[in-house]
Amino acid sequence: MAEFALPKNSKIQQGKRFPAKPGAKNVREFRVYRWNPEDGANPRIDTYEVDLATCGPMVLDALIKIKNEIDPTLTFRRSCREGICGSCAMNIDGTNTLACTRAIEDCSKGDVPIYPLPHMAVVKDLVPDLTHFYAQYASIKPWLRTQSAAPAKEHLQSKQDRAKLDGLYECILCACCSTACPSYWWNGDRYLGPAILLQAYRWIVDSRDEDTGERLDALEDPFKLYRCHTIMNCTRTCPKGLNPAKAIAEIKKLMVERRS
Amino acid sequence: MPSTARPLSPHLQVYRRQIQMVTSIVHRATGIILVFGGLLIAAALLALTGGADAWACVTSLAGSWFGLLVLFGWTWALAYHWLNGIRHLLQDVGWGYSIAQFVRNGWISVIGSLILTAIVWVAVYSCGGIA
Repeated sequence: MAEFALPKNSKIQQGKRFPAKPGAKNVREFRVYRWNPEDGANPRIDTYEVDLATCGPMVLDALIKIKNEIDPTLTFRRSCREGICGSCAMNIDGTNTLACTRAIEDCSKGDVPIYPLPHMAVVKDLVPDLTHFYAQYASIKPWLRTQSAAPAKEHLQSKQDRAKLDGLYECILCACCSTACPSYWWNGDRYLGPAILLQAYRWIVDSRDEDTGERLDALEDPFKLYRCHTIMNCTRTCPKGLNPAKAIAEIKKLMVERRS
Repeated sequence: MPSTARPLSPHLQVYRRQIQMVTSIVHRATGIILVFGGLLIAAALLALTGGADAWACVTSLAGSWFGLLVLFGWTWALAYHWLNGIRHLLQDVGWGYSIAQFVRNGWISVIGSLILTAIVWVAVYSCGGIA
């Protein structure tokens, strides 16, 4: 049964406010989720006033500025700052996205709320524990599986077959979609979620892969695949503009087609 | 080692109320409402077989302000669940997956259900009301 309320130790409290320096010209408030595993306290929301006149354009720029100049204890993941590593995935202004590709001016007016990816165990501040997510990824065996003898040089593929991977191979496994999915919130222990199912479909439609039947067998399960109720939060939130809901629908269609 | 158990990050509490998520929640809620509505219909049918007194009791209940509220809500729940159910059927055959499509179709379900409900109740009252 789905648990809609937050557990007692997860209830959020009011935190500290860090005012902007006097003379700041263009102040924007960032309300950031904080949790420190070492102080035994509940999570809290700290409010940082950031002068956008001296800040880069993206939300990640603001977070880095906060960490550099205001509060060095703020903890978050980031690496490439150009939307290809997926490290800075978080819930910004109500939806999941990458802090590095979300412009501050594209957030709705007023303060900018920033939380970790939803319904995940928090390691610290904006860092969620992705262990289970990665284990689910490993469970679909995301590599080329073949039975026939290895080709002398490489597995060839027609341009048409290669085109089937467009919209799939671009996935960076940032987990924005899976942690936006209410079904994944309530049944994430057994439901694979949109990101992993999109990845599964990426191998199912790959003309070079010879294990399609086994891949479908592995997904034929009331929870792994069929907890998708086409809510569409995944597609709406994907920072790469991909369509995990559509990929899941294609898997469901293949399941029906192979029965007839 | 963390000294305390890791908290769960907020989910429903902070996620933006977007049309696709709200229509999904409402679809689930109206489905549950319709189950109870079905029980009420069964009760009304039983009363119909129970003679004039029992049926008079049903019509007076249905005609009270609370009865009207329940009937009105049930009509809307039926209209919404029906329209949105059609949308889900189309999605099940693989249609309607672009953001523009499902945002538009979600609003069609919401606005269409209100229009359908209005049509039903205009018809009810132009035929002489409940009782």
